[in-house]
Amino acid sequence: MMVEPITRDNAGRTAMPHVAGRPSGAHVAVRGLSHVYRRSDGPVLSDIGFTAEPGEIVALLGRSGCGKSTLLHMVSGLSMPTAGEVVINGNAVRGPSPRWVMMFQAPSLYPWMTVAQNAALGLRFARRMHEARARIPEVLDLVDLGGFADRNAQELSGGQQQRVALARSLAPKPEVLLLDEPFSALDAFTRRNLQQDVRKIARGLGLTLLIVTHDVGEAVRMADRVLVLDAHPGRVASDTRITLTDADRNGGNDAFQREHTRLMQTYSDIAQVPGGNLT
Amino acid sequence: MSAVADIPQGRAAPGLGRARGLVNAVLGIGLLLGLWWIGGEMIARNDDLFAFASFAPGPTLSRLAELVASGAVIDMSVPSLYRVGMGLALAAAIGVPVGILIGRVAILREITNVPFQFLRMISPLSWMPIAVMAYDTWDGAIIFLIFVAAVWPILFATAAGLRRIDPAWLKVARNLGANPFHMLFVVILPAISVDILTGIRLALGVAWVVLVPAEYLGVTSGLGYAINDARDTLDYASLGATVVIIGVIGFFLDFALMMAIKKFNWVRSDA
Repeated sequence: MMVEPITRDNAGRTAMPHVAGRPSGAHVAVRGLSHVYRRSDGPVLSDIGFTAEPGEIVALLGRSGCGKSTLLHMVSGLSMPTAGEVVINGNAVRGPSPRWVMMFQAPSLYPWMTVAQNAALGLRFARRMHEARARIPEVLDLVDLGGFADRNAQELSGGQQQRVALARSLAPKPEVLLLDEPFSALDAFTRRNLQQDVRKIARGLGLTLLIVTHDVGEAVRMADRVLVLDAHPGRVASDTRITLTDADRNGGNDAFQREHTRLMQTYSDIAQVPGGNLT
Repeated sequence: MSAVADIPQGRAAPGLGRARGLVNAVLGIGLLLGLWWIGGEMIARNDDLFAFASFAPGPTLSRLAELVASGAVIDMSVPSLYRVGMGLALAAAIGVPVGILIGRVAILREITNVPFQFLRMISPLSWMPIAVMAYDTWDGAIIFLIFVAAVWPILFATAAGLRRIDPAWLKVARNLGANPFHMLFVVILPAISVDILTGIRLALGVAWVVLVPAEYLGVTSGLGYAINDARDTLDYASLGATVVIIGVIGFFLDFALMMAIKKFNWVRSDA
């Protein structure tokens, strides 16, 4: 696939050092995944199957309670499925790893650490702190927080904190990034910026990206492909491509509007929202 | 609105600015010295009590100066500081891990709740006879009594701190591949360092109070012994001086811990 290297004029160097014209992302295969909560009536997720190609950005779109967040937790290895398996580059996921990293709705930075220390956590846990000196300034530049290394995490705005969380996720050079509605707590303007930047960064690095969202606009802006999830039990009800250029994804044009309307129609049919008046 | 603005702030000492804390502290010390002096005068003028007149600031402070000059202050304080230090160290060594366990594991918390609350309410000094029997040395017995006094505040403060940890912090760590060792030393301990230090500060307060009666036990050194010895020899100036020494050392130990808490506190009030 096409990878556009992103260059940073202000830093005078390429911010994506390990892009060599090929995706560094991994192939993700979810096979027959089911999940039943203890003491619940039925399965939350039933026989979910899909794959994501290396470097592909896939959105999992569904209403609250359809189990999409549970699905992402199982892909990350933070929880285990009742049945089925997740295979990343041929290896079954048996637990969390710096190779597949999740980003949550709240940045949850450690308030007793600086921005740089927070960003380096993944390297620290993987006993790769020797990489931090070069890697941390690099990822902080990547998320536009170049001058913030020594600031305390508590001094930052919500959007900046989520950027640090992004840098923290990217520092160990994961092959898959899993986003669990990571922008939903932010204001609209900050959210748009982050959606664009995350797509740009993921494409630049060739990362495989799975995004869980209930926001049709977010799916259209960010994803190459959208899986619409049904609820009770959760299963993949539609698998559709978003064929927009990166420029068109910013919204405010006919092509974006057409894709948005089309996906909204699919979504409201599946989610059975009266009139399809979701935004 | 202008009426509100016209009300002067701090009528007694306006415009002190940054010096205000220091000025008020000096004021407080002066007040205490004044009360002490008045008490001394009252004792000296009372026919029944005049024998105790050397408790007054004059004799006490001049004896204190002698004790400082001769180095006797060091001789009496070092054994006491050693005992309190050992007792506190043991209390932290037991209290912090147990506090983390009961803060983390609900079933342990439920099982230990009643026994711990029961034991906590027993005055440490009531263990004195048992401590004397159980330990070969007086030092051992005293350190044990200080440990019994100090362990509860540390244990409960640690457990309370743990329950205030944001579960998302643990999830983030797990997600990034943290092992249990990382979890403890990179996340949990830094997150609750202030709670632990606050527990140690409370424990120090109790331990320093328990120290003096504990040193009435057999030992022939330390501040408690000095108090007891001065009482037996009717040397009330020395007794008063020792009381001042106990207060001053206690104050500075507490101050040091308060500074440590300030240093480790990661909560930014301006954030």
